[in-house]
Amino acid sequence: MRRPYVVQRLRSLLLLAPLLAFMLLFFVVPLVTMMTSAVSDPVATNALPRTARALAHWDRAALPVAPQEAAFVADIRALTNDEQFGDLVRRLNSAQSGFRSLLGKTRRALAASGSDVELAAIDPRWSEISYWATVADAVASSWTDKNLLAAVDLERNAAGDVAAMPEGASANRLILVRTFVTAAIVTIACIAIGLPFAMVAASVQGWRRQLLLGAVLLPLWTSLLVRTAAWYIVLQDNGLINATLKSLGIISGPIPLMFNRLGVVIAMTHVLLPFMVLPIFSVLIAIPRNLMPAAASLGAHPLSAFLHVLLPLSMRGVVSGSLLVFMAALGYYITPALIGGANDQMISSVIAYYATAAANWSMAGALGLVLLAMTMLLYAVYIRLASDEAQPA
Amino acid sequence: MKTLAVTKFVFAGLVVVFLLGPLIAVLPLSFTDSVFLNYPIPGYSTRWFRELIQAESWRLSIVNSLIIGSGTTALATLLGTLAGLGLRGTRSSPLFAAMRTLFLLPMVVPAVVLGVGMQLMFARYELINTYLGVIVAHTVVAVPFVLVNVSSALQGVDARLEHAAASLGASPRTVLLSVTLPIALPGIISGALFAFATSLDEVVLTLFVAGPNQRTLARQMFASIRENISPAIVAAAAVFIVGTIVLALCVQAIRHRLSWR
Repeated sequence: MRRPYVVQRLRSLLLLAPLLAFMLLFFVVPLVTMMTSAVSDPVATNALPRTARALAHWDRAALPVAPQEAAFVADIRALTNDEQFGDLVRRLNSAQSGFRSLLGKTRRALAASGSDVELAAIDPRWSEISYWATVADAVASSWTDKNLLAAVDLERNAAGDVAAMPEGASANRLILVRTFVTAAIVTIACIAIGLPFAMVAASVQGWRRQLLLGAVLLPLWTSLLVRTAAWYIVLQDNGLINATLKSLGIISGPIPLMFNRLGVVIAMTHVLLPFMVLPIFSVLIAIPRNLMPAAASLGAHPLSAFLHVLLPLSMRGVVSGSLLVFMAALGYYITPALIGGANDQMISSVIAYYATAAANWSMAGALGLVLLAMTMLLYAVYIRLASDEAQPA
Repeated sequence: MKTLAVTKFVFAGLVVVFLLGPLIAVLPLSFTDSVFLNYPIPGYSTRWFRELIQAESWRLSIVNSLIIGSGTTALATLLGTLAGLGLRGTRSSPLFAAMRTLFLLPMVVPAVVLGVGMQLMFARYELINTYLGVIVAHTVVAVPFVLVNVSSALQGVDARLEHAAASLGASPRTVLLSVTLPIALPGIISGALFAFATSLDEVVLTLFVAGPNQRTLARQMFASIRENISPAIVAAAAVFIVGTIVLALCVQAIRHRLSWR
């Protein structure tokens, strides 16, 4: 009995190997790359290796001594790659402004002159300790928590302690809160529509049930872009809703339905409603059909039977539906990007902005890490609930 | 009781209108002869469907979607079917359960997060702005659908049939090719259709890893909603909806056959 078991397991592993390799390479590695980019800061250490060694034990009380300065000069002279030099300038300038002109000037002067030069003679800023301290900080470690802190609007102050960023310096926390609020509103809207709808669908039979379920499944099957385009056309200022209301004489000018929160919530609720209806429906049809008549025969008022029998039983479906909807809503990109205005953008849009428009992959990675952590946490809860259901106590 | 029943159906009807209304309402606009997406439609024509085929950007994006969709379907179906066979009968083992969770995870990880990671990694290995890169990216998110479909189809295969074939002298290869796979075929096909549909609709990963030459239909629709919306997008949507209904009917028919067995 033992040998065939081992053979079978080996065969299983062999069959799984291609997909496992594929997923490790193209799913796990990209995610790890993204996380690493959030916490790594190798620009300065790579560009200034001699300086890194020379300044490792600098006490920052006095200006660097001649050999330390010589190491820095040697590093700058060795930096022939313009792209790498540009990266270094950006890195140092973001820590302390003024480095852009300082490094450019220094590099030109070093290229023009011979071997012995005083950096302070090139630019008096080199006789200020603060500029050297910035260089020393940058080369000290190729890891940083700067981006992760910035993702939640925190930074390290001059003393190196974690502190809140000055008011108005960054909107990340605002956007995180907005993401949560929007996802919560969409989830509540889905419960408000999905729970009664699933109850109606479960209470009817035959073609009526087919129709109700089909209405839920068809949008699920339809391209997300098609659905978003449809809402775009329906909600616009001269779109279907406004035109109808106008022709009925209810309004004189268009009511803004798009490029605001209302439009985003409507379109996202439409997209995510099936994920609420289907879990609730599957829980409801598993409830014995004679339960409500039983409650009624025992003298329960229909409303009380509903409140004490049907509603508690459907809660399990509501919880897993809510987790699914909330989880999906947190990471939503397309709908807010197309239907929302500038003030409705969620965390995904900000990540996409950093990665594509600003080319700041460290910040994109840090915010991505925050979003990934939240999603995984919710997914773990969902899995936990699902496995509890599979093995009833 | 009467009012309750009426309320119930009015409510259900309103929700059905909410769900299907926007989709149905915009479709006639694809036959407009004006450049505006407004009702009433001034006149009917098929100019926007011709635009889809004739305009360079739309035609290229349709061709790209077909190339990338086919590549994704082939790769995802192959990998997913092998893995589905491998995961068969391993429910109790924690190692295999962990692998299964890993394979399904791309359904959960936000696309933008995965997109940033892929962009960074693909740039390093020169996969960015290539067809192969886009196919690989789409396959990552399409594989879970194939795996789920194949796994559930394999659960329906009666192990006694395979034992019977083996006891009659069939080699493991023959059992797999002549017994197991034919019975699981509907699940594999519906998984393949899901993979194709996923690739067709994928936008976010495409935004991150595809260059202008790999612009897919979904990507082109995204750009045109954002930049200058025209009835061409509704024509594209109409093609999508009709295609979806055909695909959905195929899957339903296959499912039906599967459950009938």
